[in-house]
Amino acid sequence: MELLVASAIGIMTAGGLYLVLRLRTFPVILGISLLTYAVNVFLFASGRLTIGAAPVLRDNLTVYADPLPQALVLTAIVISFGMTAVVVMIGLGAFLGSNDDHVDDQPEGHEDRAEDKP
Amino acid sequence: MSLFFIVALPFFGALLPGLMNSAGRAACAGVTFTVSLAAFIGLLTNLPSVLAGDVVTARIDWLPLLGLNFTLMLDGLGFFFALLILGIGLLIIAYARHYLSRDDNMGEFFTYLLLFQGAMVGIVLSDNILLLLVFWELTSLSSFLLIGYWKHLPEGRQGARMALAVTGMGGLAMIGGMLILGQIVGSYDLSVILQNRDLIQADPLYVPALILILLGCFTKSAQFPFHFWLPHAMAAPTPVSAYLHSATMVKAGIFLMARMWPVLSGTPEWFVIVTSAGLITMVLGAVIALFKHDLKALLAFSTVSHLGLITMLLGTGTAFGAMAAVFHILNHATFKAALFMSAGIIDHEAHTRDIRRLGGLRKLMPVTFVIATLAALSMAGIPLLNGFLSKEMVLEEATRTVLFNAPWLVPALATFGSLFSAAYCFRLIGHVFLGPVRDDYPAKPHDPGSGLWLPPAILVVLVVMIGVAPFLAEPFVKLVTASVLGDAADVPKAYFKIWHGLVPALYLSIIAVVGGLLVLGVFKPLLRLWEATPRPEAKAIFEAIVAGTVRTAQNLILPLHNGAFSRYAAIGSVAIIAAGFHAWTTGTVGAPTREMQAAGPVPIAGWLMLVAATGGLVFLHRNRFLSLILIGIVGLMVSVGFVFFSAPDLAMTQFTVEVVTIILLLLALNFLPNKTPVESTVLRRVRDTGVAVAGGLATFALAYHYLLRDAVSTPISEFHLANSYKGGGGTNVVNVILVDFRGFDTYGEIIVLGIAALLIYALTETLLSGPVRAQLLNRKPDQPRAGNMHPMMMVVMTRVIMPVVLLVGFYIFLRGHNEPGGGFIAGLIVSIGVVMQYMASGFGWASARLRYPYHGVIGAGVLIAGLTGIGSWFVGKPFLTSDFTYVRIPPFQEFELATAALFDLGVFLAVVGAVMLSLESFSRLAQRPKASESDYPMDIDPSRDDPPADDAAPESEGV
Repeated sequence: MELLVASAIGIMTAGGLYLVLRLRTFPVILGISLLTYAVNVFLFASGRLTIGAAPVLRDNLTVYADPLPQALVLTAIVISFGMTAVVVMIGLGAFLGSNDDHVDDQPEGHEDRAEDKP
Repeated sequence: MSLFFIVALPFFGALLPGLMNSAGRAACAGVTFTVSLAAFIGLLTNLPSVLAGDVVTARIDWLPLLGLNFTLMLDGLGFFFALLILGIGLLIIAYARHYLSRDDNMGEFFTYLLLFQGAMVGIVLSDNILLLLVFWELTSLSSFLLIGYWKHLPEGRQGARMALAVTGMGGLAMIGGMLILGQIVGSYDLSVILQNRDLIQADPLYVPALILILLGCFTKSAQFPFHFWLPHAMAAPTPVSAYLHSATMVKAGIFLMARMWPVLSGTPEWFVIVTSAGLITMVLGAVIALFKHDLKALLAFSTVSHLGLITMLLGTGTAFGAMAAVFHILNHATFKAALFMSAGIIDHEAHTRDIRRLGGLRKLMPVTFVIATLAALSMAGIPLLNGFLSKEMVLEEATRTVLFNAPWLVPALATFGSLFSAAYCFRLIGHVFLGPVRDDYPAKPHDPGSGLWLPPAILVVLVVMIGVAPFLAEPFVKLVTASVLGDAADVPKAYFKIWHGLVPALYLSIIAVVGGLLVLGVFKPLLRLWEATPRPEAKAIFEAIVAGTVRTAQNLILPLHNGAFSRYAAIGSVAIIAAGFHAWTTGTVGAPTREMQAAGPVPIAGWLMLVAATGGLVFLHRNRFLSLILIGIVGLMVSVGFVFFSAPDLAMTQFTVEVVTIILLLLALNFLPNKTPVESTVLRRVRDTGVAVAGGLATFALAYHYLLRDAVSTPISEFHLANSYKGGGGTNVVNVILVDFRGFDTYGEIIVLGIAALLIYALTETLLSGPVRAQLLNRKPDQPRAGNMHPMMMVVMTRVIMPVVLLVGFYIFLRGHNEPGGGFIAGLIVSIGVVMQYMASGFGWASARLRYPYHGVIGAGVLIAGLTGIGSWFVGKPFLTSDFTYVRIPPFQEFELATAALFDLGVFLAVVGAVMLSLESFSRLAQRPKASESDYPMDIDPSRDDPPADDAAPESEGV
């Protein structure tokens, strides 16, 4: 089980990194989302894996899953939504403004700016 | 008055001049004057304690663990400087009222002035050196604003920049020095540091600390080789120059040297550095001052020279030197402020400050003549004026000081400096006021109104008073000297007298005055000689250095920072992986302590789906719609994984977030191209694959490693589990952590979320108000539009289901404290319910029925959460302390009421507002003004006779 979770984290990280290194905004955003999953699961797993022991107190139970990583990851998930939304908005604004969805500065754009200078 | 008020008054008062600006110039200056006067009187109320030798203190512990406390202290030295700052400040305010023209924004000026005044008072009253550093930097900033007050003058801007660069750099060095000092002593409180002279001087870090602190003092007080900024700061309005360069800004460095005198002085390092820097500055400043034609430049260099003198006195490390320094600080402040103000009057009336164009003003401006002449004679060291007394003491101290084993060196240089000092004073009097009346002044000079000459006149009265009756100032100077010396030495017994008998200092004084007259006599040939000598131009050197630094930075940064995001991402990833690898190889890895858990077929199937979706996403990412579906699968499998591993809250959050994320990406994809073209080379893809695989292997190894080992120490979760019910009143530990144990984190988080949503809203507004709007309106959809914009089944379904969704959200919210659920999840569920309405019935329909704007919902959420936290203050508990009780209203079951639920309500509202505001903003991009919304609640109603016009459909888009 540990092997499955760890390899899933590794695979999602690898996929996320590869997509983050792409040249257009959309794959980069997807890559960031994938990395977010990997990081969230990674953080969650730092509480170790427990099956069938949700951190909801019951009278006759003594073993519970670690609640702290869960609480931290819960807010992380919500925040990452906010962050994704901002990044998407920036990417969208850049595309609508220049009709270009490259993440890197394009060489001709650079020259344009140089020509603007007196 | 409490010391806090004295420091705080100017800062709070700084709000007023701007407000009074429209009430007229007199009101504006009046309110500033009143604020300063209040602080001044507040200071005077502490006079009895100071005279009694007590140290008045005020203290608020802020971060005691870091030694960062708001502690203030008022002793003789602090009182002396505060008196100068506030007293001369009052005169400056009165003077500035009449000096500034109607074109100048007076409110702005006085705001800066009060900020500066507050920062200066803060420096001299700080008991904590970290606090002192804060005020120190504040003076640099506020003086920058003051010097650059005339924004239209390039010299003003350049001068302000130079002053900020030099004093700011010095301030940075001083921070280092002060931190070292604090580390040596183990306390950042001045009163403690001042008791530890031996400890500090024996420490190996004494010399670095000394040099760093002196760098700060020397830059601030314009000591060689940092003296060049001060004359350039003269581009400021004259009241600023008079204030900054007589009593305040440049005296801050002197003040700090005096403050630190008991612990830093007395060592050979201190003596050599401080005395020689002071001597060089003094001589250099005096010589340059003589040849300056601009009145203010002359005074600026004379200030440099006198500051050098005071520095030298502090450098000697003797008690008599310290006393002479204190006395000269007082005298210099009086005559120099008067001289600056006189220069300002001349500039104001004659419209020039160029000495070559002046002369003969004696007859035209008799009042100014008297004021300026008395002040200048005092500066030259003429008996019966206060400058004579302190200069006498300076020369006496000089005769006793031996630098570099040459007993003649210090007296000779001091006399040489005094000689030039006398010469430029005589030049000022002779070339400006004496001589024949000219007929080519730029404007006809005459004495100004009393508003301008009264402030300097008051100072000149002091100059004469101290000069004639030095015994009046003696007790006060000795009191101040005693607090400078601390326990390090006793106050010298010497009396302040005009006539000391035929002592060497008197001869030196006579040499200086007579020599000064002689030098003025041969001024013209000397000037030709001076102008023929090549001299380094400080401003050019400074600008060359700045330009060089900028060039180096550009050469370094531009190639690295070339705007290629993927390159930064690659460099960043490789660096992180390399750092992790280094840590991994250098650390030790213990043996596994946990058993690997067996995996059944279902987890393996889930894993396979996750891996397949991830792999598919990577290989098929060029098809953007497909990749959206695939990432949805990944998210879904992750939430299933959360359920499996006992995290129901996480699963619900992940699942709902997944839904809104996909909707968001779909909305974005509406505008973006559907395909990603093949652009990168094979080599590049191989490189990226390499980085990705390395990163994946690294996280895999790390995760696998710690999953098989127990935590090194007991996790704090044990505490949370044990106290969740007892202390937080909830059985869902995750929710109790969110709203109670770590409520402050959550509070910060909802604020961040709100800010993100507002940012999206702002970006949308910007886009829609710019040229993008036209582009959006003319956009041709790249997908065929659906024939039925708002499918009836979907509309009906979503509207019917809406109350159910709200009910579910409410239920999830309420049970959150004890069962999986809570504000975050409920907020997301309700958002999805609302979004469904937008999707099914259209943006216009939904927003027309929107009662509360989402900004308000976010704000209400943050406010409710914050007020819940503040509520605990009223029962004397820290922010966000929660409480709960059990209530039973018959015939219902007993239920729990917790303040945490109120906090959770804030979380809920903030989440709903933030999610909705983001999605709504995206949808607004697709909005078209001409798309009229149907009057009917639904597009299609079979029972209705008039079907909506078909041609309207393709023009509007559902979102």
